[in-house]
Amino acid sequence: MKTSRVDHAEASSRFIAAKDHVTFHDRRLWDLRTKRDRAGAEVEEWEDLRTLASAIKEHTLTHLADYLEEFERNAQRNGAHVHWARDATEHNQIVHEILRAHGARTLVKSKSMLTDECELGPFLGRRGIEIVETDLGERIQQLDEEPPSHIVVPAVHKLRRDVAQVFARTIGTDPTNTDVPYLAEQQRRDTRPYYLKAEAGMTGANFAIAETGTVVVCTNEGNADLSVHVPGVHIVSVGIEKIIPRIEHLGVFVRLLSRSALGSPITQMTSHFRAPREGAEMHIVLVDNGRSERLGMSDFWYSLKCIRCGACLNTCPVYRRSGGLSYGATYSGPIGVIVDPTFNLRKYSALPFASTLNGSCSSVCPVKINIHEQIYRWRQIINERNQLPIVKKEAMRMAGKVLASPALYRSAVKAARAGLEYLPRTVIYNPLNAWGRQREVPRAVKTTFREWYLKNRGKKS
Amino acid sequence: MKGPASVTAAAADTRAEVLARIRANQPVPMPLPDMPVFERGSGAALEAFAANLARMGGVFADADVTGDLGAFIARTYPDAVVVCSAVSEVDGTRRVEDVRAPSQLDDVDVGVVRALLGVAETGSVLLTEAQLKVNALGFLSQHLLVLLDPAAIVPDLHHAYRHPAFFTSRYAVFLTGPSATADIEGVLVHGAQGVRSLTVVARA
Repeated sequence: MKTSRVDHAEASSRFIAAKDHVTFHDRRLWDLRTKRDRAGAEVEEWEDLRTLASAIKEHTLTHLADYLEEFERNAQRNGAHVHWARDATEHNQIVHEILRAHGARTLVKSKSMLTDECELGPFLGRRGIEIVETDLGERIQQLDEEPPSHIVVPAVHKLRRDVAQVFARTIGTDPTNTDVPYLAEQQRRDTRPYYLKAEAGMTGANFAIAETGTVVVCTNEGNADLSVHVPGVHIVSVGIEKIIPRIEHLGVFVRLLSRSALGSPITQMTSHFRAPREGAEMHIVLVDNGRSERLGMSDFWYSLKCIRCGACLNTCPVYRRSGGLSYGATYSGPIGVIVDPTFNLRKYSALPFASTLNGSCSSVCPVKINIHEQIYRWRQIINERNQLPIVKKEAMRMAGKVLASPALYRSAVKAARAGLEYLPRTVIYNPLNAWGRQREVPRAVKTTFREWYLKNRGKKS
Repeated sequence: MKGPASVTAAAADTRAEVLARIRANQPVPMPLPDMPVFERGSGAALEAFAANLARMGGVFADADVTGDLGAFIARTYPDAVVVCSAVSEVDGTRRVEDVRAPSQLDDVDVGVVRALLGVAETGSVLLTEAQLKVNALGFLSQHLLVLLDPAAIVPDLHHAYRHPAFFTSRYAVFLTGPSATADIEGVLVHGAQGVRSLTVVARA
């Protein structure tokens, strides 16, 4: 099957067309980035924590098989069932089989990127099982039949009036009432009966501890705990890269996670599930789905260190102005740009170009993933494998020639300066010039740096 | 249709294959760093705890509640009908020990529990199934009242994770203020799905 390439630029142009949405999106995410900076600055050993987190993850990933076996052994000893899934289909089949064995009709679920990656919702829906997303943002997206647009704040691209429309259409709220506490309260009331009647609950995992067989889930709404503590069956989907060796390491990661994500010292709930409660069942599904293959990619295995805080999304100027849905993939923003091509290089070959390579993503990453270097490396690979669209390729070939020759470069600068000054707007802001789209081209300077330098400092003193 | 034996065999195949693929692809081994001890200045743990709890939307009740907790509850939650208690200091209208199924907690207005410890750095309280008795008490209740011994406040999460409960309890949770969401336009709303308010009372 040939998959078509996700056109990030085209998809973002639709997002950018709604002006108040872009402005709000940009401001809201930058606000999260600012809060992250403040929260980090309050912790004296912040940089030590980042270094430790990175080293612990690198150690674990380079000993992953042993730690997974240790985790499995301890989880089984605690009374949990451990399942292994090669890929998304196996994961979905395992989950379905557990639900079928319990005669489950309804599954309450807290947020999990992995289950989005596996497309579990449609799989179970086709088999007559109702999934209820319980996180507010995730529920908004589910009711609107859209995937989440952000790892941490799934409906961040929507304004309150959009949410009012979705809720009015789906859970019968007043379409003219856009009061945020009202909307949140309506979802609380709509979701509550599902916790009480669901036969099974499902969560993802932020961390899985080899030493004790514990899975750790960090939430703010308490929806994960409600999904686990009321129904009789708890299913946990865990990507194999979520393992960390010991309980003591949690101190490092929990201190980093919410500060990086939202700027709060910790999430409202940090829940440690070591064993099923008396009379209940706990199933842990360990999922590979391409991760073991990525572990063998010398340039890209570092992306497996990711703890899904979303800080790289919040800081990225391209993400903030294009919205998560424009990436056409489960993982968006800088982390998505380096992870998505490992799933399907052709489909996601445009994504590594959705970056200015400013490196801000790498400098906010709590586990020090070299995100911008990996983005650059993907561009090289995509070029080598001939996955570049022809226009971009020609433009880059020309740019390469011009930038390699001082004489050519200088005459190009002169021509551009003259052009920007004297050309009519229609020539600059037309469909063929990508740099004139959605932005004002800066005013041309009167004197270039080289001209100024030759005039003022050029003579030998 | 596959029988149970072949299903088990297929599962064993998957497990072996995933582990083999990981072993084949694991990069050059990197060492596990030692965990440093971060020095903390002594004192003021209770003040720091209270300040951080407030920042997370929780309430630290003043020292004037040294007396009858029943009166405090009546004053703080005037509309409460069902008070479900898991502590000996408060009778409540329902004992958590009498609750058979978690869903029976649906009508609880106020849940009362005692924390295992508090964390000054974050304003968190630690609870396990030993304190909650029925875990859902901490989430289905509309409001939660937590008793905390001021002597049980540790400076930070590194200290908290040394507690043996993480190695023995089935479930352990750091609760930090009430349930909260900012999923719509970043507007903070307390009581998203779990408790609408969380109040901590210092009591040895």
